[in-house]
Amino acid sequence: MKKLLSGNEAAARGAYEAGVKLAAAYPGTPSTEILENIAEHYPSIYAEWSPNEKVAFEVGIGGSMGGGRTLVAMKHVGVNVAADPLMTFAYTGVNAGFVLISADDPAMHSSQNEQDNRYLAKFAQIPCLEPSDSQESKDMVKLALDMSEQFDTPVMLRMTTRVSHSKGIVDLCEPTEAPRGKFDRDVHKYVMLPAHARVRHGKVLERMAKLAEYAETSPLNRVETFGTKLGIITGGISYQYVKEIIPEVDVFKIGVSFPLPLKKIRQFVETHERVLVVEELEPFYEEIIRAAGMTTVEGKIYFGREGELSPYRVAMALHQAGYLEKPVGAGYIPAELFPRPPVLCPGCPHRGLFAALKKLRLTVTGDIGCYTLGTLEPLESLHTCICMGASIGNAIGMEKVNGSDQGIVAVLGDSTFLHSGLTGLLDAVYNKSNITVIIADNRVTAMTGGQQHPATGFTLMGEKTKAVDFVELAKALGVESVRTVDPLDYEASVAAIDEEVNRPGPSVIVTTRPCALMPQRIMSTPYEVILDECTGCSLCFRLGCPAIYPSKELNKRGKPKAEIDPTLCTGCTLCAQVCKPEAIVLTQPAGKIK
Amino acid sequence: MDSRIKNILIVGVGGQGVLLASELLSEAAIMSGLDAKKSEVHGMSQRGGVVTSHVRMGKKVYSPIIPYGQADIVLSFEQAEGLRAIDWLAPQGRMIVSKTRLVPPIANFGKFGYPDDPIGELKKRTPNVIAVDADRMALELGNIRLVNTILLGVASSFLDFKRETWEEAIRTLVKANFVDVNLKAFAQGQTLAAGAVTA
Repeated sequence: MKKLLSGNEAAARGAYEAGVKLAAAYPGTPSTEILENIAEHYPSIYAEWSPNEKVAFEVGIGGSMGGGRTLVAMKHVGVNVAADPLMTFAYTGVNAGFVLISADDPAMHSSQNEQDNRYLAKFAQIPCLEPSDSQESKDMVKLALDMSEQFDTPVMLRMTTRVSHSKGIVDLCEPTEAPRGKFDRDVHKYVMLPAHARVRHGKVLERMAKLAEYAETSPLNRVETFGTKLGIITGGISYQYVKEIIPEVDVFKIGVSFPLPLKKIRQFVETHERVLVVEELEPFYEEIIRAAGMTTVEGKIYFGREGELSPYRVAMALHQAGYLEKPVGAGYIPAELFPRPPVLCPGCPHRGLFAALKKLRLTVTGDIGCYTLGTLEPLESLHTCICMGASIGNAIGMEKVNGSDQGIVAVLGDSTFLHSGLTGLLDAVYNKSNITVIIADNRVTAMTGGQQHPATGFTLMGEKTKAVDFVELAKALGVESVRTVDPLDYEASVAAIDEEVNRPGPSVIVTTRPCALMPQRIMSTPYEVILDECTGCSLCFRLGCPAIYPSKELNKRGKPKAEIDPTLCTGCTLCAQVCKPEAIVLTQPAGKIK
Repeated sequence: MDSRIKNILIVGVGGQGVLLASELLSEAAIMSGLDAKKSEVHGMSQRGGVVTSHVRMGKKVYSPIIPYGQADIVLSFEQAEGLRAIDWLAPQGRMIVSKTRLVPPIANFGKFGYPDDPIGELKKRTPNVIAVDADRMALELGNIRLVNTILLGVASSFLDFKRETWEEAIRTLVKANFVDVNLKAFAQGQTLAAGAVTA
């Protein structure tokens, strides 16, 4: 049977067909749908959202040690969080097959950096596979699990946004039954005391030598021959762009990207007049190939190291390299337009929080989530963003260096706090930091599309479970002043933050209000502007709500008054609260739009 | 359908239902026995930012992204976003654009303005513009979220799929209690396109 599937859906299907017993992840674009699909469609697999990627990876190690085939999935920066167990699991090796899916995000559509995780596979000395479409995503999950068992190693499947989020036709197969094994005590393999680890390191190197031989004969590394003088070495999504631009060129298509099949590549290089490497982001293949002495091979000087490739970029680079005519490009003159950056949704509870922070002019260390958008105009009330949980440590360090006279606030979301904010908060208590930590609790992992987490009361598989209480948790960590406030109550939020910032010692404010979009869209009666009362003061505009737009009607100074789009307004009341002339009111029943 | 790859770029603003439209389109393609690929990005850009979805169909599709300047159809859910995507349109391509105006908050602060007449700007560049009052039609049908099937109905007039195929795609992908109203919206779009082409 054939079906149109995204790379992520196909990877989930691959896990099912390969008899995977356990899957664990923390949500992160572009990887999130892998676990969502497993939980939704393949209930035979135990699937969980772990609090963070490190825990997900460790749960996965346990699953493999216990004898069940295992898949863990995370975005590229998630692998940094899981790097500690990864580096040592590479030494112990597996019991049942273990595949780590790293979904990289070239061009940073939804990420803070565009690191190339093929280097992490090399760093850990584990094999890396790179699918170039949905069919390969499914096939390579299965193959990775076989390789994992054959060579006693975790295997990385490195996907990218365009592979994860593109859909293509996939052939579905019946699942194969992988027997559930058991844990065999073997301390020399599983207890990484220095004496044991020294032995295992040797085994890792032996394994890599065998894998290099495997890569030479693997059908995943294939040559497509048309008899051209130019040869192109490519893999992942770049392969598709090359085929799009010049379908009939000799191509070395890489599927196993670490270790590379260097003998086979050398043969390819020696039989072509010129060889170019086309790969997205870093010169991963190119460096290894050139280091092996094939120094005539070129790549990055034409294709660049930043952002995503595209058919156009590949065509342009091939033109610069002396092949192909200059690509045609745009048929029409592009338009100079305003930018349309992402914004907080209408009714978003974070809007009230950032309006209050702006009013108080505080320095705010920020974190990863929808609320990172609080940094943009007009709210402009979030001033740092590094990685998950960093806001608290950043605030502590800043306060130790600068003092807290101006007030330092860390803002992070509920899911982010549970991911890696707890240890930061513990540090604030332990080392007597005078900061205020705001947990922006919208009761869901919102940015990635509304996933459960340990404070929502539900698991990925839909079971009811214990929900963490943030107030009790903060108190248990030793924070003396902990309070909650409704972020859509503007005055109360301003007062609460002002008070806590001025209180000596660490304090925690939990802003509690569910996300306006997930799990359910919250829509109440919209508000409207009485234009005769509106003075055009622009206070409501400064909330940055997409439902508020400038009216054609102008005030005395020629500035536009405000109007509200009733199809977008959720009735959150925030604009009505900040409107001095009280011109924003609940829409009267006659004008009500359903 | 000819053997050449057909490229459709769908653009809009996060939350408008761009992804469902591209889903229906690629489903109709594979139901018609074609190879199809589609590509879009999820995550942060979906929060009121620009959303683009590339759909490609034909005998054998490699790249999931349309080569720049080669879209046979640009289907825009919003006026200014249509204008933003004009450089993706192939020289003989068609721009189908909803008259929807979504002014972003950033246009409220003076630095950037929202153009007065994006559709007029489009018409200055190409005669192949079909502007659709999709918001009004959707609201008349009782739900603003029907904009996507109305627009798809318009686009369907320029794609050689059987009517039953479209209907089957809608039945497959739309929630059961919304199927009828979506079929109606789709049919209205088709009728409108027929009028636009003869006019």
